[in-house]
Amino acid sequence: MESIEQGIGKIFTDPDPDNARAFFRTKSRKLESKVMSVKEAVEKFVHDGDYLTLGGFGANRVPIAVAHEIVRQGRKKMGFAGHTSTHDFQILCAGEVFNRVDVAYIVGLEARGLSPNARRYMESGKVEVSEWTNYSLSVRFKAAAAGVSFYPARNMMGTDTFKYSGAKIIECPFTGTRYVAQPALYPDVSAIHVHEADIYGNCRARGITVSDFDVARASKRLIITCERLIANDEIRRDPSYTVIPYWCVDAVCEVPYGSYPGNMYAEYFSDEEHIREWMKTEEDPVEFKKFLEKNIYSCKDHFEYIEKNGGINKLLKLRDKEFMFVKARD
Amino acid sequence: MADYNTMELMICTAARELEDGASIVVGTGAPNAAAMLAQKAHSPNLVILFEAGGAAPLIPEMPISVGDSRTTWKALMASGMCEIMETCCRGMIDYTFLGGAQIDMYGNLNSTRIGPDHQKPKVRFPGSGGANDLASFCWRMLVMTPQDSKRFAEKCQFVTSPGWLTGGDSRAKSGLPRGAGPYKIITNMAVMDFEPESKRMRIIAVNPGYSEKDVQANCGFELLKAKQIVENKPPTARELSILRDEIDPYRYVIGR
Repeated sequence: MESIEQGIGKIFTDPDPDNARAFFRTKSRKLESKVMSVKEAVEKFVHDGDYLTLGGFGANRVPIAVAHEIVRQGRKKMGFAGHTSTHDFQILCAGEVFNRVDVAYIVGLEARGLSPNARRYMESGKVEVSEWTNYSLSVRFKAAAAGVSFYPARNMMGTDTFKYSGAKIIECPFTGTRYVAQPALYPDVSAIHVHEADIYGNCRARGITVSDFDVARASKRLIITCERLIANDEIRRDPSYTVIPYWCVDAVCEVPYGSYPGNMYAEYFSDEEHIREWMKTEEDPVEFKKFLEKNIYSCKDHFEYIEKNGGINKLLKLRDKEFMFVKARD
Repeated sequence: MADYNTMELMICTAARELEDGASIVVGTGAPNAAAMLAQKAHSPNLVILFEAGGAAPLIPEMPISVGDSRTTWKALMASGMCEIMETCCRGMIDYTFLGGAQIDMYGNLNSTRIGPDHQKPKVRFPGSGGANDLASFCWRMLVMTPQDSKRFAEKCQFVTSPGWLTGGDSRAKSGLPRGAGPYKIITNMAVMDFEPESKRMRIIAVNPGYSEKDVQANCGFELLKAKQIVENKPPTARELSILRDEIDPYRYVIGR
């Protein structure tokens, strides 16, 4: 099929479905425990140069423990899907982890403003970018999850977003309608934070799903962090709640409050005070270096980070705030 | 007449555009306040959706993120990005509110960069996020923004989200869904629409205290003028009390 027009942006990952099938043929289907620490999971499954995706929505149900661990272990030259990314993007920029990004939403933290350090990094010329949209990246994951090489969508046409993307415009063989062909995106590795998982990686999640179910299926390797491990019996008692099946999953890490300082639906609200501190400290690179030393590099794990920022008392307040209890107002 | 500030005026003006029974995808901040005000003041059946998946919540307070738990508070559905965007693409969403660092005479928006080098921009902004998608799919795009001649630019340095592209029938020819496009631009000084043939921005109403001259002086391109330019009605006491007491008691948005 000939394309009518095409963008000049690079496609950072291979969209070929047969290459992907050849990989997935080798992926384990064994029902075995995948429980390990976040440190082990990152050591084992996240490599320099890999293309990475993080689940959730920026600062909502995000795998923060994995993002910190990637920075702590000093991963470099990665590719990244800047899909709905906010605080997660800010963390990866702090570690200068990636050198190429598929941009849908980066640098900003929505109503909180723009991250000064993420802006510095993206304005430095060190990062190669292709432009997309949130929906474009969603359907690129959807195509990969379905095992096809592209997905047609009616966005981006006529804009510079299209011009700087790696997409192509094609015509429908039935109606003549124009579509933007969005190439399948198979990440090398992804991390998703969910509410509950069993030791094999069967997952349950509540609240909004963003693009996570497709990301889980599109990814070659997948690290799951969960608020709670639950028994396999519980999964089998009602399989209708399972949203990610174990055969997509390579590691299961139990990390209660794993989305902190982000929001976790029906568990805890975001720690806006701490996120403001991040934003403020980033204005001064020297201060920010000290801040990172305290909050990431010198921390053994996610719990030490939480301890340093208010511990259980802070978490209880964030639980109150999530449910809008009156006492959370102060 | 009650005292009010320009942010309150813009939110009230925007809210009046949203009729009962319509559907809208909104972001955080002022657009969210406008949708909430419409729902509480005159459009109880306004369906509010968020791109991350929240559908028809009873928003208890303004969200910080379009994916936070307030966007699914007592909602009818907690879904995902594809569900919401597909609903837009299918033609079921009437309105959306967008913004940007630059807007041109055809309502094209820049939220990507300032500076000529794409790989090393002078200022990097977030990019499209869901904006390009919503501008492509939703029937009527609204913009709420302060007006100055830098923001209202002759040419966007980067067209992130489509307005009427280069005017005339250029948008229809581009392949974007037919019949959708920019509808009204609401600023601290005026309300603009788009002249049906040329698709150029046109003043249709000015706010109390501003003249057509003021509006043109704060715009980087020549604005068309409607045959009859009306004066916008100021916020009513009822609108202001809902906005101040119920929607934004901490003045996150209206205090700006």
